[in-house]
Amino acid sequence: MDLFFYLGPIILMLLLLGFVTYAILFERKVIGWIQNRPGPNQVGPWGLFQTIADVAKLLLKEDIVPGKADRALFKLAPIIAFVPAFAILAVIPFTESWQFGDFAVGLLYYIAISSITIIGILTGAWASNNKYSLLGGMRSAAQMISYEIPLVLSVVGIVMTTGSLDLNDIVLAQKKVWFIVPQFLAFLIFLIASLAELNRTPFDLPEAESELVAGYHVEYTGFRFAFFMLAEYVYVFAMASLTTCLFLGGWLPLFGLTMIPGILWFLLKFSLVVFSLFWIRATMPRLRVDQLMQFAWKVLLPLSLLNIFLTAIFKEIPVLSSFY
Amino acid sequence: MLRTEEMLLNMGPQHPSTHGVLRLVIKIDGEIIREVDPVVGYLHRGTEKLAEDLTYTQIIPYTDRLDYVSAMTNNYAVVHATEKLMGLEVPERAEYLRMITMELNRVASHLVWVGTYLLDLGAMSPFLYCFQDRETILNLFNELCGARLTYNYMRVGGVKWDAPEGWLQKVEEFVLYMQKELATYHDLISGNDIFLQRTRGIGIYTKEQALSYALSGSNLRVTGVPWDLRQHQSYSLYHQFQFEIPTGETGDVLDKYHLRMQEIEESLKIVKQVLDVIKEGPIMGKVPKVLRVPEGEVYTGVESPRGELGCHIVSNGKNKPWRLKFRRPSFYNLQILPELLKGENISNLVAILGGIDIILGEVDG
Repeated sequence: MDLFFYLGPIILMLLLLGFVTYAILFERKVIGWIQNRPGPNQVGPWGLFQTIADVAKLLLKEDIVPGKADRALFKLAPIIAFVPAFAILAVIPFTESWQFGDFAVGLLYYIAISSITIIGILTGAWASNNKYSLLGGMRSAAQMISYEIPLVLSVVGIVMTTGSLDLNDIVLAQKKVWFIVPQFLAFLIFLIASLAELNRTPFDLPEAESELVAGYHVEYTGFRFAFFMLAEYVYVFAMASLTTCLFLGGWLPLFGLTMIPGILWFLLKFSLVVFSLFWIRATMPRLRVDQLMQFAWKVLLPLSLLNIFLTAIFKEIPVLSSFY
Repeated sequence: MLRTEEMLLNMGPQHPSTHGVLRLVIKIDGEIIREVDPVVGYLHRGTEKLAEDLTYTQIIPYTDRLDYVSAMTNNYAVVHATEKLMGLEVPERAEYLRMITMELNRVASHLVWVGTYLLDLGAMSPFLYCFQDRETILNLFNELCGARLTYNYMRVGGVKWDAPEGWLQKVEEFVLYMQKELATYHDLISGNDIFLQRTRGIGIYTKEQALSYALSGSNLRVTGVPWDLRQHQSYSLYHQFQFEIPTGETGDVLDKYHLRMQEIEESLKIVKQVLDVIKEGPIMGKVPKVLRVPEGEVYTGVESPRGELGCHIVSNGKNKPWRLKFRRPSFYNLQILPELLKGENISNLVAILGGIDIILGEVDG
């Protein structure tokens, strides 16, 4: 047990870096297929070493700090953005036994820690002393704070049903039926809000290439830039894991196929979520800033409140209450 | 109340969505634009001045580099003006080949516009689909004249190359394919809610504004003015064929999108009709070895994908023009930009600028 306690996080870290490496490749491949092109296929067989080559290139790049930037903050920002991304993975239950921090408030911990990243982004945007990055940073602060609210409220229904904030309990409560069925509205809200939290298309306004060039990380080069990218993809990993746990029954098998180990089930559902994120990216245009805020406050927030209300009512109806 | 300050943002000349080297000096208050000052000229090569030292045939490749997205139309603008001044007869087959290439080039140009416009709005895939279909057209051109972008295809009095064997057949196949393919574009783009929200009611101007800014092409037609030089100043053999002039209703950028999609359809229709009547025959008229254009001046306008592409030649009887002036539609269309952008936010800047459809090679001449 002790050995696992010390080695486990290192294994997870390596797995995660492996995931990020291949998620980037997979994303480029998926988008390539959707766009009738092969995607990266030159570096290694089937482009398998493409990301490794990219990371090597980023490492070799000159580390530029703009002359008028706030040097201390500029260097600190990627770290602030990046550390919470790793910290939140502690509470994700990959299988019954493989979870690093099984606390009673796991869900709350996830949400609280993940909001720290925005401080890193804002710091980086401010410290770069660049107008584009400032605009990108402001956008991203507004966006992440706005969408955090429907994101949190959409999972309240689940918390009401299970009576627990512990992600393990939430997964186990889905033995009968996954929460995607009774909490479908919440699932949609969660999916949309999580896209916005991840700054992905159609909510990629903070780095809107055609408007703000690269948004908040416009002045970052080399490995500092890589840290921002890494944080982004670790969040994809974390958010997909959380969606799997909350709505898709985590490691629980489907159709009673218990001979397939839980970790494979988890991976399968998780990959499905990751794929759909990439799919959406290849299909959608970008929202406009004002529409984005309107959508969060006028559509998603009322809907998530409605969801809480409905869950409360359904809990009292005799036939339905077994699902809630 | 917090004290706010206007910020000066220099957008371009290197920026992903200024479509080249346009520079916009904008004053913004938060994300709201207060003032825009477009700075042009980063791609100025002095084509008009250079033309004064070139023979008429030598000018043609320079025109390829003006509006490099529809070089065939540019070729035509200069050869058409020269022919008119010289009073030359152009063989029928040559005119038909010119029309096929010009209309295909219009389709290609509009496809570039649709693709890059969606890219500006943040959608990546339509760009690649459009470029794939455009690629077919470029391959056809490549087969016809050996170039994919700068064709140098037309000559005073005809065209340089006849269509190779089976080429017309391939064009017909493409037209049929593209007519079907347009439906898939509508499936992907026209109903997308985010796209509609981004474009509806954006960048509206009135008919009067459009006319007072000398807008032409789709930028004028979108306000409801059915003005198309292919019908109103019938050049080439356009009068033989049936096609409609699509116009817009509200004048917003969504209308521009629909208008340009319809123009693709109309162009395909024209190509189809030309293919039905084209016959074998000579491709060059009787033209002297050295072109000496009689003294005088001429102005001709042709309908390029972007608007009225005019060519004004003043000749003093030598083999080189004394003065040559292009009315470059992108340049004129761009003038309305500062007025349209006042009070909009930066996301709309991209939507409006993209909607005008400028090519910087043409803006800067």
